[in-house]
Amino acid sequence: MEANVFQLIWFGLWGLLWAVYFMLDGFDLGAGILHPFIAKNDTERRMVINTLGPVWDGNEVWLVTAGGATFAAFPTTYAYMFSYLYTPLLIILFALIIRGVSFEFRGKKDSEGWKKGWDFAIFIGSLLPALLFGVAFGNIFQGLPIDAAGYHGNLFTLLNPYGILTGILFVCLFLVHASLWLSIKATGELRERAQKLAKKLWPVLLIVAVLFLVYTWFATKLYDNFFTAPVGLVIPILAVVALLLNYVFMNLSYVKAFYSSCVTILMVVFTGIYGLFPNLIPSSIDTAYSLTAINSSSSVYTLKIMTVVVAIFVPIVLIYQIWAYKVFSSPVTEEEIYDEEVEAY
Amino acid sequence: MDALMLARLQFAMTAMFHFIFVPLTLGLSVLIAIMETIYVKTGNETYLRMTKFWGKLFLINFAVGVVTGLTMEFQFGMNWAEYSKYVGDIFGAPLAIEATMAFFLESVFLGVWIFGWKKISKKAHAFAMWMVALGSNMSALWILIANAWMQHPVGYVLRNNRAELNDFAEVIFSPYAWLKFFHTVMGGYIVGAFFVMGVAAYHILRKNQLDFFKRSFKIAAIFGLIMSLGIAIIGDFHAKEVAKTQPSKMAAMETLWETQKSAPIYMFAWPDAENERNDFEFLAIPGLLSYMAHGDFNAEVTGLKDIPQNERPPVWPTFLSFRLMVFLGVIFIVLSLLAFIYSKKDTLEDKRWFLRLMLYAIPLPFIAAQVGWIVAEVGRQPWIVYGVMKTSDAVSKSVTSGQVWTSLIGFFIFYGILAVVDLSLLTKFSRKGPEPEKTA
Repeated sequence: MEANVFQLIWFGLWGLLWAVYFMLDGFDLGAGILHPFIAKNDTERRMVINTLGPVWDGNEVWLVTAGGATFAAFPTTYAYMFSYLYTPLLIILFALIIRGVSFEFRGKKDSEGWKKGWDFAIFIGSLLPALLFGVAFGNIFQGLPIDAAGYHGNLFTLLNPYGILTGILFVCLFLVHASLWLSIKATGELRERAQKLAKKLWPVLLIVAVLFLVYTWFATKLYDNFFTAPVGLVIPILAVVALLLNYVFMNLSYVKAFYSSCVTILMVVFTGIYGLFPNLIPSSIDTAYSLTAINSSSSVYTLKIMTVVVAIFVPIVLIYQIWAYKVFSSPVTEEEIYDEEVEAY
Repeated sequence: MDALMLARLQFAMTAMFHFIFVPLTLGLSVLIAIMETIYVKTGNETYLRMTKFWGKLFLINFAVGVVTGLTMEFQFGMNWAEYSKYVGDIFGAPLAIEATMAFFLESVFLGVWIFGWKKISKKAHAFAMWMVALGSNMSALWILIANAWMQHPVGYVLRNNRAELNDFAEVIFSPYAWLKFFHTVMGGYIVGAFFVMGVAAYHILRKNQLDFFKRSFKIAAIFGLIMSLGIAIIGDFHAKEVAKTQPSKMAAMETLWETQKSAPIYMFAWPDAENERNDFEFLAIPGLLSYMAHGDFNAEVTGLKDIPQNERPPVWPTFLSFRLMVFLGVIFIVLSLLAFIYSKKDTLEDKRWFLRLMLYAIPLPFIAAQVGWIVAEVGRQPWIVYGVMKTSDAVSKSVTSGQVWTSLIGFFIFYGILAVVDLSLLTKFSRKGPEPEKTA
């Protein structure tokens, strides 16, 4: 059976929403992981948090939208994805909950213990989602053990080598992304440290990325689509080019390097999505039980309505979200943090 | 307890917890936007200080509202997969629209508002708070459109082993949805108003920053009075819609067992569901239930005995919650009327008994909001989609009771910590009061 045009559009949009989410929340999750290590005192910790402050919540909404879009366009996939992956999603949820409040709560009391506690919440609330989203997608790429009797996996079966490697890949991508973000948004010694760290982390990312590309050949069927429709190869090629350019730009312009890192993350996700098509969640047992864009989608009527809605509202969102980023385009200075009128975190 | 019972308990608990913070966000965002607009228009620095003080409390509360909201989106898929599969074609769309239209708006503009004091003009900054208020209210609209569909499903057809949307306009323009929306957000506005009045009362009692808090009190009193009256009017229309579309819920709300014309409301009653009667009922006001339900003292109201036994909701929780909500609603009108009068006459400082009352009244609108939701959700049982799907058929099949125990206990612990921290921070900063006025 062939996918109708709306199923195709929504498969693409589904991928796009996840890709944009990882591109945006990637740097704030990465920064949350880095911040206990890269920031050497309270001022620097606050500096990291204040680069994230104005934008992290708007970034996280892309996750809510990706989940909501999965529900609206592919409700059967939404239902199975969230119930089969119950335990990892629960851990991700708790992590995002404590991260979400810690930005607001951290600065509210002057005690060291209080701040350390919320700093830990930021750290673990950033590390776990980064790692587990990678594990989740790695398992989706491999396929979940689904058959007529249902799902035969659990948290431990998800923590297989390929799943863990994908988790590590996501963490590495986000750490490089975050160090580049801090390289342009922080000031003083923190900025210099971030710039050096980006250069140190990049080779690690490169190695993990190569390992991932190789292992994907053996662990998944993702490459099949690239053979049957080689036009798609432009996506992973762009991913690799952008990844290499990251490093090149680090010696020229950290701003360009950050944008290149954005492209890298987008292209990595798109590569996975292109490889998955038409599956959203393949079955590793029997392809008859794979959840696809064709067998798990909403009716054409619903897909049409949703298409109109996103065609109107996503451009509007992009306009004001980009405007918001522009408002905060200058780096965070120490003065700003201590300026009472700014009311920084 | 099996996975179904645990999942129900968990949903009830997480939804009620989320709804502690949401109404305050709904109400305070509007009040703060009003205060900041007055500042921009008049240049009066007191209103800027008001914006910043109430804004600080708003932000503490907003953060918890956001994170507890994440749980709701995840939970439909995690614990109610059969439901999501069966009605997702209809239910998923308003949720996705909520994210694109509303969540982005409130989150992006709040980030700008928090950090943008020195980066954008005063007008743009006030505009940002209006966008936050608009975003939260639109968010309420879409989730309530979704919930209203569960209460009164329209615009769909049963096909391909599931419910499929065939008339989007019927869903989004459903009168049930809009009545529910106005009723719910007005509840939020009352929460916001009484919160401000209560905290202001605390400071007025201590003669601390009198001008600041009397101004705050006045704005909240006007807002609170309008909304207390409005919510009662809308509530009346809403009840009539419920009677029309959900007769089992209406019967439970008033513990009416026998279908009858000129049905009375008993001022005092208590259900005995096992024996299909009431333990006692006295002080009947004749015909009032018929009037409330159908606008006609002689109309026929369906009794629980005419609803099949396995389609009746739990009676005493629905009945008690409805009574408590209405009782509180009357109190809000009385209190906000007094608040308005004393504010206008500028006699607040002398009415110490009233100020103390307003301080202790802060929790009341929160309670009213919760019991209102109990009426809505418990009263809909045993249906998850009224007349279409039973709650017991909706739960995820692949999730074990062990997994739900884990998540339930996890929520207890995390939410417990959040509640303690949130309450302690709100108390601390409410007591502290605003930054002192800057002298030249």
